[in-house]
Amino acid sequence: MFNMNTKEYIESGILELYVAGTLSEKESQEVYALTLKHPELLDEVLKIEAAIIKLTAAVSPRDSKLFYTSIKDKITNNNDTKVIPLDNKPNKQWFTYVSWAASIVFAAGMLWFANQNNQLKEQIRIADVDKELLEVQIEKGNTSLTEAKKLISVLRDKDIIPVPLAGQAVYPEAYAKVYWDKKSNSIVLDAQGLPEPPKGKVYQVWSLKLNPLTPTSLGVIADFNSDENKLFTIENANASEAFGITLEPEGGSESPTLEQLYTLGAVASAP
Amino acid sequence: MQLELLVSKFQEKDEKAFETLYNMYSESMHGVIFNIVRDPDIAQEIMQDVFIKAWHKADSYSAKKGRFFTWILNIARNAAIDKTRSKNFKNTKQNLNSDFFVDIIESNESLDDQTDAIGIKKFVSKLADKCKQVIELLYFKGYTQKEASETLEMPIGTIKTRNRKCISELRNMLDV
Repeated sequence: MFNMNTKEYIESGILELYVAGTLSEKESQEVYALTLKHPELLDEVLKIEAAIIKLTAAVSPRDSKLFYTSIKDKITNNNDTKVIPLDNKPNKQWFTYVSWAASIVFAAGMLWFANQNNQLKEQIRIADVDKELLEVQIEKGNTSLTEAKKLISVLRDKDIIPVPLAGQAVYPEAYAKVYWDKKSNSIVLDAQGLPEPPKGKVYQVWSLKLNPLTPTSLGVIADFNSDENKLFTIENANASEAFGITLEPEGGSESPTLEQLYTLGAVASAP
Repeated sequence: MQLELLVSKFQEKDEKAFETLYNMYSESMHGVIFNIVRDPDIAQEIMQDVFIKAWHKADSYSAKKGRFFTWILNIARNAAIDKTRSKNFKNTKQNLNSDFFVDIIESNESLDDQTDAIGIKKFVSKLADKCKQVIELLYFKGYTQKEASETLEMPIGTIKTRNRKCISELRNMLDV
């Protein structure tokens, strides 16, 4: 279709086959999608259908409209049980009736069991799904707890240098904290005070030397939105004099976009 | 009412919508079934069963898979073909008339008081044999393109273009 215009598509005869029901399910879905897009195709389908309906109706031996009431009775009263005339040759056919009745009871019983079985299966399936959900929650809880414990240990470690990062012009309310562990060459960034980055943007963390100003990227925080505690451990082997966080296009930038500098803080010089 | 709306109401078990759909398609299904079983009483019975079945299976229809007409046409053809395969039916109907739908239309007296009947009678009397065969197999019997191509010993592509031509002629005759 994609290289064909709608006229050629109509001429190909595919719509006639669509109405006949001879196309594969996939082909039918394609035709359906195209008829939604091109009203002239739908119009053609309706005309083909109308012609086929008239042609096939002409073969009908009786006027079908007369039989609707009996169908209506059947679809609206499908709970009615059949009345079996017992007084009709009772002795001869007694056994037949009983066996019919027995098989109906048996069949009903089987249906009931099948139904119960299906219901139980469904309940097991639901319970399985619930269990999986709970496991995921426990797993999540454990991860949060580990992170929180880590933060406490970081806070209590005497060798850790805390560096508060203050909000800058672009978003003055922003704040963050860096806990720099020089022994393990890593920082823990607490980014709770940063707003969620807009779609297509990520925060990028920079280590800065001040004289002359030399930024070194410590990487981007790709999972900012999904991280509940907003605590990120990042490697840092630099002799940092300050830390900054900028908002950058997804994937990060070579050098910081200073107009999008969210927070900045200098490392207190050693006493 | 829009067909889509009608069908979705029918799927919600709206009895009025069902009746409207019945009035739209029952005559057509009756014709298709009768062409397969060739017995007016049996055809009537199957036609009624088809619509009852459609009512109960309403959920299984999806517009993505095809036209509503095509869906019910499939149910009708399958029900009629199933009947011809049943033991009961084989015993009573040893010799199924081998005529096409065309012959039924030509001799169908109940058509004479219907508006489109004249057009259709004229159409079928002028219809080329090749058109009769293709329409019979694709619409009345539910053959696939491949089955039709094997039965008529014709390339698959020819089935498609010939069918298009035949249906175009029918539309001209009926003015649709």
